[in-house]
Amino acid sequence: MVPLSYYLLLSGILFVCGVLGFLIKRNIITIFMSIELMLNGVNLSFVAFAAHWHALSGQVFVFFVMVVAAAEAAVGLAIIIAVYRTRETLNVDQVNLLKL
Amino acid sequence: MTPNPYLWVIPILPLAGAAINGFFGRRSSKRAISAVALVFCGAAFAMALFLAASFSSASAPYYFDLAHWIRSGTFQVDFSFYLDQLSLVMLLVVTGVGFLIHIYSVGYMWDDDGYYRFMSYLNLFMFFMLTLVLAKNYLVMFIGWEGVGLASYLLIGFWFTKDSAAAAGKKAFIVNRIGDFGFLIALFLMIQHFGSLDFTYVFAAARSLPTETAGAGLLTAIGLLLMVGAAGKSAQIPLYVWLPDAMEGPTPVSALIHAATMVTAGVYMVARSSAIFDRAPMAMMVVAIIGTLTALFAATIGIAQTDIKKVLAYSTVSQLGYMFMACGVGAFSAGIFHLMTHAFFKGLLFLAAGSVIHGVGGEQDMRKMGGLRVYMPWTFATMGIATLAIAGIPPLAGFWSKDEILWQAYNASWVYWLIGVITAFITSFYMFRLMYMTFGGEYRGAAAQGARGHDAHGHGQAHGHGEPHESPWVMLGPLVVLALLSVIGGFVGYGNHFEHFLTPVFHVGDVVAQEASPEAGKSTLEYLLMVVSVSVAGLGWFLAYLLYSRRPQLPARIAASLGGLYQAVSNKYYIDELYAVLFVKPLIDGSTTILWHGVDQGVIDATVNNSATAANHVSDTARHMQSGNLRSYAGWVAAGAAVVIAYMVWMGVTH
Repeated sequence: MVPLSYYLLLSGILFVCGVLGFLIKRNIITIFMSIELMLNGVNLSFVAFAAHWHALSGQVFVFFVMVVAAAEAAVGLAIIIAVYRTRETLNVDQVNLLKL
Repeated sequence: MTPNPYLWVIPILPLAGAAINGFFGRRSSKRAISAVALVFCGAAFAMALFLAASFSSASAPYYFDLAHWIRSGTFQVDFSFYLDQLSLVMLLVVTGVGFLIHIYSVGYMWDDDGYYRFMSYLNLFMFFMLTLVLAKNYLVMFIGWEGVGLASYLLIGFWFTKDSAAAAGKKAFIVNRIGDFGFLIALFLMIQHFGSLDFTYVFAAARSLPTETAGAGLLTAIGLLLMVGAAGKSAQIPLYVWLPDAMEGPTPVSALIHAATMVTAGVYMVARSSAIFDRAPMAMMVVAIIGTLTALFAATIGIAQTDIKKVLAYSTVSQLGYMFMACGVGAFSAGIFHLMTHAFFKGLLFLAAGSVIHGVGGEQDMRKMGGLRVYMPWTFATMGIATLAIAGIPPLAGFWSKDEILWQAYNASWVYWLIGVITAFITSFYMFRLMYMTFGGEYRGAAAQGARGHDAHGHGQAHGHGEPHESPWVMLGPLVVLALLSVIGGFVGYGNHFEHFLTPVFHVGDVVAQEASPEAGKSTLEYLLMVVSVSVAGLGWFLAYLLYSRRPQLPARIAASLGGLYQAVSNKYYIDELYAVLFVKPLIDGSTTILWHGVDQGVIDATVNNSATAANHVSDTARHMQSGNLRSYAGWVAAGAAVVIAYMVWMGVTH
């Protein structure tokens, strides 16, 4: 039986990787993948706790997160395509019209 | 107290005329405008005559409550009208003289572009003046009081494209506001202490109080404040300065508003409040002193004026001083008597002066007139009668009323009488000076006439002016009627009939040194005083004849030898300049530096502007967060999340 702390540690590492990727990367696709990474880091902690406490609610919640992530992926990829078509770039630093 | 349902109709009639001419006059013909103005004004006069015919001292005073107005607890003010002997006299004077001046205006103002406007304003003035005269309480009186001020403002500034006329209108309005301020405070005092503004109630309350002989009390305060109001409206020292300037208005306006009716409103108000003044001897004394000083002071200024209307204006101020002198010594009926005769002869003088001005093409400077008796005999004759009347030559109207005042003044104190007689002498002098300069000698205007445009008067008269001409009959008619009244008007005072008629209104006095028995009081002393006043009038006439007819070059030499004194008089003692330095300039400077630059710009504008600038600065700083750079947003989110996590770790997660 793998101890809970291992899962949580891995979950934290995954989440931090996601945050760092989100902050550092410039490619929209990569940033998008970083967001997925954060979500899945959180998912891991949910299922770990669910298994630890023998409670189903954590696992159920993971399904919700997956559904939302899937919807987000559909919308997000559509936006990315639209951005690429108009701006002809995927570099977020060049997509900066929304400012004063 | 008898109800009389006709009372409210009298003021409403001119109001209807004013409304019709005001709203539809622009598109009506001049004939229609004249018809409306004259019919409604004449109807008011007819109603007044009807009321006078059915007036009986037994059932007087009449009243009529038109509508409720203010009801607040026990305090109530209604739109009520009131007619007693005093208001009846005023009513007849206002509607009668007013109607004559309406007729005259038809001729005088016919060529003016604003004819309908003028007629509408005149009717409006009549409405307010009648409201003032017929009011049953001080607040309705105050409506009329303010209303005639408004009408006066509109009519002084009638030729509003002329700067001096607009400025004169403003001056009249502002100076009157100072007086009205005193009047209003007097009303507040009455409300506070008597709980009512109704004449009947207030006077009963005032009579129930003891006479304030020892010191100044409530009634003295009310009396003095009322006098402030009266001094503003009736152009007494120190608020007389607006009246001479008011001569910028058309001449019928000067005759109607600034000689015959409106300026006497102050006298009427003081006389109406006789019950209050009766219990406040100190206030009475102030009234008498102000009146006496004004009479003398204004008369001296009148000597050196060259503008025909200015002479008459200062004469009006001086005569109003007489009326206040009479009221101040408790001879209210003598004051009202003089008010009435003055309305006749001063209205006539102004109308005749207007006829002269009309005849010589808008010229008002007497130095450019002269010899007009040949060109305008009717004007000369009527104006001569008015001059005799104002100078106090028997048996004309002015003699009776002025003599009555002087006699009453003598009973109070010989000082009043002496100043009154000196004033009578000066009055006689400047009036005959005016006559000789205008009608005597040779016409001096012809040479100047060709050189200058004749339009200095402001109302572009269509007809050319080769030489002076007599005015049309529509203008001469009123002159003749008024001349007739100036001759016979004084006889109502014969045998003290007038005084007896007004006794029910003024049966208050024990302050005054009343004649013990009036008829017995017609003693040798009174006849002696009469002879004195008539002889000084004659002396004034003779002096004027000597200086302005026999030796026309003499006045200039006398003026030169007097030097500074003459300069001071001809410049009206520099009172306007003094007021400018004392009040106007400090007020303007204070308003500019403190109120405008200090409060308005420094506090109000600064608050608004600085809060706007502050918001601008803050948001200018804050807007740099909105960089449009996605990763910086992500950084803010991450930093925020980090702060939240750090906080939760530090504080501990609670359930």
